[in-house]
Amino acid sequence: MLTLQCPYCGVQADETELSAGGEAHLTRHGPGSTEDEFHDYLFTRENPRGVHFERWRHTYGCGKWFHAARDTQTLEVFGTYKAQCTEPPKELRDAITAKRPGWTWREFS
Amino acid sequence: MSEPISALNHARFDGIADIAEIGLQGMITLRGDLAARAVKSAATKATGAAMPGANAISTKDDSGLCWMSPDELLVLCPYAAVPEVLAQLQTALAGSHALAVNVSDARAVFRVSGPAAREVLAKLCPVDLSPAEFEPGTIRRTRLAQVPAAFWMVDNETFQLVCFRSVAQYVFDLLCVAAQPNSEVGVF
Amino acid sequence: MSKRLPTHGRLIDRSKRIGFTFNGKSLAGHPGDTLASALLANDQMMVGRSFKYHRPRGVVASGPEEPNALVNMGQGREFEPNQRATTTELFDGLISRSQNHWPSLEFDIGGINKHLSRFLPAGFYYKMFMYPRAFWKHVYEPFIRQSAGLGQAPRDRDADTYEHFNTFTDVLVIGGGVAGLQAAKAAAQGGARVLLMEQTAHWGGRAPVDGGTVDGAPVERYIDQTLTELKAMDNVTLRLRCMGAGVYDHGYVLGYERLGDHLPGAEGPRHRLWRVRAKQIITTTGAIERPLSFAGNDVPGVMLASAMRDYVVNHGVAAGQRIVIATNNDDAYLTAICLKEAGLDVLRILDARDSGGGPLMNAARALGIRIDCGRAIAKVGGGRRVKKVQICAQDGLGGALEEIACDAVAMSGGWSPVVHLWSHCGGKLTWDADQAHFRPDPDRPPTGADGAGFVRAAGAANGYMSLEDVLADATKTGISAAKAAGFKPKRGTTPKAEPTLQAPLEPVWLMPRDAHAGLRSKSWLDFQNDVKVSDVQLAAREGFESVEHTKRYTTLGMATDQGKLSNINGLAILSDALGQPIPATGTTTFRPPYTPISMGAIAGEARGEVFQPVRRTPMHDWNAANGADWEPVGQWRRPYAYVRSGETVHDAVMREVTNTRSNLGLLDASTLGKIIVKGPDAGKFLDMLYTNMMSTLKPGRCRYGLMCSENGFLIDDGVVARIDDDTFLCHTTTGGAEHIHAHMEEWLQTEWWDWQVYVANVTEQYAQIAVVGPNARQVLEKLGGMDVSRESLPFMAWADGRIGGFDCRVYRISFSGELSFEIAVPASQGLAFWTALHEAGQEFGVMPYGTECLHILRAEKGFIMIGDETDGTVIPQDLGLNWAISKKKDDYLGKRAQARSHMTDPTRWKLVGLQTEDGSVLPDGAYAIAAGRNANGQRNTQGRVTSTYHSPTLGRGIAMGLVLNGPDRMGETLEFPGTDGTLYKARIVDPVFYDKDGEKQNV
Repeated sequence: MLTLQCPYCGVQADETELSAGGEAHLTRHGPGSTEDEFHDYLFTRENPRGVHFERWRHTYGCGKWFHAARDTQTLEVFGTYKAQCTEPPKELRDAITAKRPGWTWREFS
Repeated sequence: MSEPISALNHARFDGIADIAEIGLQGMITLRGDLAARAVKSAATKATGAAMPGANAISTKDDSGLCWMSPDELLVLCPYAAVPEVLAQLQTALAGSHALAVNVSDARAVFRVSGPAAREVLAKLCPVDLSPAEFEPGTIRRTRLAQVPAAFWMVDNETFQLVCFRSVAQYVFDLLCVAAQPNSEVGVF
Repeated sequence: MSKRLPTHGRLIDRSKRIGFTFNGKSLAGHPGDTLASALLANDQMMVGRSFKYHRPRGVVASGPEEPNALVNMGQGREFEPNQRATTTELFDGLISRSQNHWPSLEFDIGGINKHLSRFLPAGFYYKMFMYPRAFWKHVYEPFIRQSAGLGQAPRDRDADTYEHFNTFTDVLVIGGGVAGLQAAKAAAQGGARVLLMEQTAHWGGRAPVDGGTVDGAPVERYIDQTLTELKAMDNVTLRLRCMGAGVYDHGYVLGYERLGDHLPGAEGPRHRLWRVRAKQIITTTGAIERPLSFAGNDVPGVMLASAMRDYVVNHGVAAGQRIVIATNNDDAYLTAICLKEAGLDVLRILDARDSGGGPLMNAARALGIRIDCGRAIAKVGGGRRVKKVQICAQDGLGGALEEIACDAVAMSGGWSPVVHLWSHCGGKLTWDADQAHFRPDPDRPPTGADGAGFVRAAGAANGYMSLEDVLADATKTGISAAKAAGFKPKRGTTPKAEPTLQAPLEPVWLMPRDAHAGLRSKSWLDFQNDVKVSDVQLAAREGFESVEHTKRYTTLGMATDQGKLSNINGLAILSDALGQPIPATGTTTFRPPYTPISMGAIAGEARGEVFQPVRRTPMHDWNAANGADWEPVGQWRRPYAYVRSGETVHDAVMREVTNTRSNLGLLDASTLGKIIVKGPDAGKFLDMLYTNMMSTLKPGRCRYGLMCSENGFLIDDGVVARIDDDTFLCHTTTGGAEHIHAHMEEWLQTEWWDWQVYVANVTEQYAQIAVVGPNARQVLEKLGGMDVSRESLPFMAWADGRIGGFDCRVYRISFSGELSFEIAVPASQGLAFWTALHEAGQEFGVMPYGTECLHILRAEKGFIMIGDETDGTVIPQDLGLNWAISKKKDDYLGKRAQARSHMTDPTRWKLVGLQTEDGSVLPDGAYAIAAGRNANGQRNTQGRVTSTYHSPTLGRGIAMGLVLNGPDRMGETLEFPGTDGTLYKARIVDPVFYDKDGEKQNV
């Protein structure tokens, strides 16, 4: 059972205090988008063994959504960061590179 | 208006800790940018309490401010004073983007007290309640068995716990089970 | 025979006798006994029968690894099956019964299975019960159900209570033997918060039995001193009777504390499940002795050599009087010496090694014990207890050289570290060829949140078998754990143990090495599941090469002991059969819990009244006292109907509908979600959330709205009231408040974080009451205080005011088609206001009504209900709700999805009313059939019933349903086969059955 640190309140929260929210950094496609764009937005997801970026919510705590970067195989947590961004912060990506040289995830590496 | 009734009307239980529903507590949810001067000034002026830091509660007499999230405070005041405090907050925040709303009736408040009070809550919440980690002045929003709750310490042996009104009976029953006689853990 | 000795027994109090029963027989033991030691003290060598062949079985071990001695304990509400006698502390009045036999332990019908054993080979489940197919249901399954299973399931509700306890520690040490004590001390001296758990009632583990000296004094003194030191340290918590049950991700550990098992009737919880978060974990879980695989190794009286020693030293109990010992290592000589010193006859030691053992062998020989090297047991003779052994050469087929009459056999096949907790979360093992066991590979530990290892093994659990090595390893590990937990410990001092010299072990996986088939089919590997050497060999021959497959095919290691004794021997036999080294075969996966834990402990407090939260409205007690027949809606309890004496529930519902339509009904609507949405961008935000245009709503007015997911499907509906320019109040469904609030927060936080909107869930701040019916306005006017006239408060308006002295907010909205006011008052006033309405309403024919009445009222009006007309695949367009979908908006959640081809397909089923020809009620969920059959041979369908009721207003059945091209087929008749064989016929009609023009609500 995981623990993740909420980047808003700082609490090292127990998994039972959190809700998982699926893949991070999806771009919303609304009216005007093509069938393929919209299909991918709704249904196409990464399923990596290794580095992954996810959305979590500190549901039983401060209620804030945040992002977590972790390894789906070892459950190592590389870091958590706030929800108000569209891509993983550079420092975090560098930190992951130090631990997992050559990692890639979607367009990021 | 008739006499307002709290969810459990002052129910009590004495076990390894004393459990008491303490009746109606004035509570206002204040949402706004807690770093903004207008918000800080409105909250501190309305209560007399200092602005709390993250995960902290500050009190002044029978009023207080609980830090709930980076954009939310729970303002505590006597139940009867809520309309006045609410009006004061709304006036002070008239020009700001903020939300102040009375939630006093939406909550139930319990006191859990005695030397084993920390243990009673540790049976139900995934929180480190050892004296080194949790002391008066700290507030924690967490999961209490299967419902959300928030609590803080009034003194070293007394917790004040807030939950939703509809689950007051569930929370009271839970606390009674956790405080059943001869269930001291002896850790803290 | 087994019996109590006049000497020894360091754990028992001989001055006190306590009584207990086994199979109804009254027996006596002493405080400090386990049930197993007390049974042996009473010469009860046979304690149960095996699972498959019903062979007589006796106690084979002295700890949690015991496979045989499982008993039913207690009776009535304290009854519990499958309790291990070896870990059950004896108490006065204990009641136990043996398991898995009928009619009695001594005479058992199922024992015939042993004569059928050649028909019950490995994989017999798969082979025997396949054909003929029809036999499965009527012959095989009933037979298997009767014979399978060990204990009985309890009949009564458990009388005990259980609890959880969450705790956090820097270092958790699991296992309170010398390694655990020493590691805990080293870590604690380094400043770490330390929690030390020991599964038994005693500290020190095996050391007091095995002996030895530390710093020149007996090891017991070291244990006492270390305990004294640990107890004096504030940063140390010590728990006895607390087993480390499982290690999980990120340092999460479950501990299973047995508080009341040895104190029946005591107040307080019986078991406590510790939910520990540890920065570092040290497993000092010791090692378990392996049995030897020889024919008849399961006859009662054959016991692990270390267990036989334990019973003598700890409980003063001899497992037999004339004992033969078989071994492949030096440890069994400690047993020989111990038994001899206790005055028992050690007839022979059969050391499988040609060169025998080291100094311990010489010590045993000096006591006059005969030792035969290179010898083995060919076969044990005896049925319900050991009578004799046949001796053979280890290097051979098992030809008997000699026969010795004896009454007990001690066996030692070497020791396996208890690596379970190391392995639970991914710690890897390495094969130690010298000691012929798997031990933790320190380079491949389970890793935690930071990517570093968080479990370390120490002592025997780490493969160190001498006291000297154990203490050194434990000290080192305690210090390194403290360091890894963030402390800066000084170099610790390691107590010095007297070194012991042992000759190397020689792996013996089968005794004798080339045992012939007759012996192999009587050589047990897994005692509890009755798996023999020959079964594993058969599995290998049949192509089961993976150890995991062999495990499942043979059921090796799948019993409640999870193969603590059998796994290594089994996989060694498999490796041999496959002609590959043991590490190439590997082990099966170790999974938590280490030993079975009670279901009560897992549930903790969540049983009875607090099994799950029940949400109550402020009027809950009134509802309960007035005949409420409850309906769970989410976690809420809502009255389905208020049943009066002499009425059925259906009667009550009909009465409530009729009364509300003709007089006055009151509904406790407090459960409806109420969410405040405020800010300069609130209107823009709600325009995205709802399919309708909400930003154009005027303050003081209400609008019904629909919410869809990004998939386009309808997820919630409700009335939105505009409070002021930048404040809205959104009503949600009863079950929807929390997730719609979360839905709003999600979009605000993760997509439109630059929009200035705050939301707050105020659902429970208010008690909400629907005042419904032709007399609704009159009762409010009687209470007085507020103008509720049609002019001042028209349909779909709201206003704040006072009614009958209560501060309230009144919404002129209707979900019934009647004149209706939904009135919100503070929750603390809810009951008083509800009562006041009832009192004032007497003269107007007031009655409370429940959710079923609400459903019928809305169905008569053709209003949809989320969860009835919707099921997660329905879009508003299917329900004829296009009027509530704004055409002017560029975007709203679900808009793009609703433009997908599948969503605009004209053949989507659409909402219609359905009316049976004979006035009967259509079955809920029934399908309308169409011509032909589909690829599966099922009848084609063209629609289904979504809501169906008897309408007392119209005096017949009414229904709604989704039907292919439904709105274009008015008047057509559809056929709905019921599950009762009846074919229902219904005509497609307008879904609005009553007051189509809305004259009744708009007065």
